[in-house]
Amino acid sequence: MDPVAAGESAAEPEVLLDPRGLVELDGTVPKVSEIDGDSAVFDAHNLSTRKINGELRWLIYEQGVKNVVVKNPSARHSLGVGILARCRITFEGSLGYFACGLIDGAEVHITGRVGWSAAENMMSGVVVIDSNAGSLAGAALRGGDLVVKGQVGARTGIDQKGGTILVLGTAGSMTGFMMQRGHQIICGDVGPGLGDSMYDGTIYVGGKVRSLGIDCVPGEWTDADTEFVQRKFRIYGLGSPPDLQKFVCGKKLYNYDNLEPSERKLVL
Amino acid sequence: MCGIAGIIYRNGGGEQHVGRDMTLMLQAMKHRGPDSTGYALYRPAADSYVMHVKLAEANGRRDFDFDERLRRQRRDVEARVLELGARLHTIEPATEHAMTMTFDHDGDLKRLADYVEDLRGVEVLSLGRSLEIVKDLGDAKTVAADYKLDEFMGTHGIGHARMATESDVDIANAHPYWAYPFPDVAVVHNGQLTNYHLWRRRLERAGHRFQSECDSEIIAVYLAERMAQGDSLEDSMRRSLEELDGVFTYICVTEDALGMAKDELGAKPLVLYESDDIVALASEEIAIRKVVDREIETYDPYESEVMVWTR
Repeated sequence: MDPVAAGESAAEPEVLLDPRGLVELDGTVPKVSEIDGDSAVFDAHNLSTRKINGELRWLIYEQGVKNVVVKNPSARHSLGVGILARCRITFEGSLGYFACGLIDGAEVHITGRVGWSAAENMMSGVVVIDSNAGSLAGAALRGGDLVVKGQVGARTGIDQKGGTILVLGTAGSMTGFMMQRGHQIICGDVGPGLGDSMYDGTIYVGGKVRSLGIDCVPGEWTDADTEFVQRKFRIYGLGSPPDLQKFVCGKKLYNYDNLEPSERKLVL
Repeated sequence: MCGIAGIIYRNGGGEQHVGRDMTLMLQAMKHRGPDSTGYALYRPAADSYVMHVKLAEANGRRDFDFDERLRRQRRDVEARVLELGARLHTIEPATEHAMTMTFDHDGDLKRLADYVEDLRGVEVLSLGRSLEIVKDLGDAKTVAADYKLDEFMGTHGIGHARMATESDVDIANAHPYWAYPFPDVAVVHNGQLTNYHLWRRRLERAGHRFQSECDSEIIAVYLAERMAQGDSLEDSMRRSLEELDGVFTYICVTEDALGMAKDELGAKPLVLYESDDIVALASEEIAIRKVVDREIETYDPYESEVMVWTR
């Protein structure tokens, strides 16, 4: 394709912003969707971020729509954020940063890739990404499943407090950094510092581990692990899982119950 | 935060809208840094040198003899270039505080740049046969309009939308940085360098000059120093990962190559798109989509990665 021609066609609608240039002032809902029963579809190509999110909310909360298809999201940031209802959303294309953060109950399918911080703080629901994800995928995840069929960047599932992150490709450095609960299944290689400073939770790795982080140790494989991994692969139709290694917290950084040296002296 | 972008056309010919495309990319990342915008754009090597010179700061003090001082600066710069034996072709004002000169010169370019910069307040923004660096306050649209960058036809380029964190908002502290005295090397950077003062002292002792207080300038001067020692661009960049501390992703360009390097934490973003026609990289995919307006396959390079593409 000729990139020059593309440059000419990439005209943007002017968006009115507040004086800091951060907030879109116009919050009216465009109401451009084609609604058919409990399904709806709309083209996001000429809509700004706030309009797209407004349209989604209007469909799901006010029109009783359960199934939304968004065409041409064009890698915009912060789409599908804060959806707190059971519904299905399909983004036909790639999203930017903070895709589908803070959702509770939605099942989201993204046919392209996502930028940083996808599905951040998801409470429950499913986010399936057909291509790659940037860094911080599933940051502070509380519940639900995040499935990335491509590769992920660094610090995947940082501060994860529940739920499952399933990655078919490779992962970058500090995967599972400060993880507190939940599961990660990384089928490919992982970068340095896997599970650094994790408190709890389980990370399964199919490929090579460049290095383990502080207080991350190999764990003992049980039947429950086999059942869990097979169940997740079955749910998402991913075939049979590869051979995985299990990594858990060594709990050597757990010093909360121990007395400070000065206190110990007093006790003695 | 800062937004960085790079684009290199592989379909050759040298006649691509690199100025306009870079403006689209940087404007899409305006939210990453509204303070200043900078470009380093390349065209096929011309016969004569192009020099962009800053005569005064864009937001400097405007006293009553400001105009007179600018006139004097212009005259002095011209006189000094002629004095060193350069054959001047054109001299054009870009804005009131910057101008562009084209000339032929057989002598030492470093000497010429040093001599011009010896004038108080004057800075050589770029000097080369194919590189042109433009940087000024404001967003990409403003800067591109002032310097007529939409008309710039070339082969590759990099750009930077700056959110100032480590130093002042002015032209001297804006990116890209020219890897002085290498005529056609420039760098843009997103991040912070924590061993700035150590490297600045070392490089100053080695005879390099610094134009700003900005930590990013270290990268350009560091690479210039490494290449002066005979290292290739790629080797210099790999070595920089060992020797420079901090969080950074930077893009470096030369006359025929474009390279990216990411620190060992992978703390700063970069998205990459490669096709047969074009390589585009930017802090956010939304910028790449301004020049390739369709669904594309992109990925993020990992930590400690160095990649170089040639034209």
